[in-house]
Amino acid sequence: MHILDSVDAASLRDDIPEFRAGDTLKVHVNIIEGNRSRVQVFQGYVVGRQGHGVRETFTVRKVSFGTGVERTFPVHSPIIDKIEVAARGDVRRAKLYYMRHRKGKAARIPEKR
Amino acid sequence: MSTLTTRQVKGLLGKKLGMTQVWDENNRFIPVTVVQADSNVITQLRAQDTDGYSAVQIGYGAIDPRKVTKPLAGHFQKAGVTPRRHVVELRTADADSYELGQELSVEMFENGQVVDVVGTTKGKGLAGVMKRHGFAGVGASHGQHKNHRKPGAIGGAATPGRVFKGVKMAGRMGAVRQTTLNLTVHAVDADKGLLLIKGAVPGPRGSVVLVRSAVQAPTTQGA
Repeated sequence: MHILDSVDAASLRDDIPEFRAGDTLKVHVNIIEGNRSRVQVFQGYVVGRQGHGVRETFTVRKVSFGTGVERTFPVHSPIIDKIEVAARGDVRRAKLYYMRHRKGKAARIPEKR
Repeated sequence: MSTLTTRQVKGLLGKKLGMTQVWDENNRFIPVTVVQADSNVITQLRAQDTDGYSAVQIGYGAIDPRKVTKPLAGHFQKAGVTPRRHVVELRTADADSYELGQELSVEMFENGQVVDVVGTTKGKGLAGVMKRHGFAGVGASHGQHKNHRKPGAIGGAATPGRVFKGVKMAGRMGAVRQTTLNLTVHAVDADKGLLLIKGAVPGPRGSVVLVRSAVQAPTTQGA
């Protein structure tokens, strides 16, 4: 479709599951320390996805020891070992920025059923 | 003697397809410009004893043969190639290692090689001094009225009583030849005839650019 799609095709991953804002993900991240590499899991809900094609990113938010932590990954990043969808959330927005102001019971996302 | 070139220059003409991003081996995103440099041929060889200097002439791009003038058609026929739209001459010491009509491929460049890219920048039309020359302009407030992007003073009054030549003013900007030095070739796709060059390259998408080996050897090995 676009001129550079054939160039980008090499950078795209096809093993990324379908997910959207509100879903709870376990993102397995490859971490290279010197010559050793290990996998760290970042679990949280998706605040939103942004961009298209090879430069698309998604943001995962979790609350760690009372502090909100958000991490943004490129969807097709090679540092992602795998992505597990732990739960599908029932939300009406594509971007869940309103969750940043929520605390306690209000800061939950109902599961889709 | 100034006409003696000792440097061996490699070059190709190509079409700028646009920019994208690719992953490198350290899993970092690298911004690259994709240049399509297929169907380059040698159309003429300049030799020291016949022309006084050593160079190669490279042709690129398809053209309707009916549009080519008779003298130019004869020039291409002499090289035994179909007529090309764009022609450029590159001074290089090793011109005799090429042969007339030889096809050049992107494989002459290798990953990590440092190159210069010559192109024509995007035309900006009539541009003011802030955009064209980077002037600071005039304040937004403090009583300024219709006076925000003007140049200010352009010279003395009674002495010299005129405006000096060459004072920076508004005017046509862009659409000039520009060389971007010391870009790195990130990857070479020989099948599709593509060069992936790290960083930006002058000109709009679809414009013709010349990729050649860098004139300045990089003094420090850039990260």
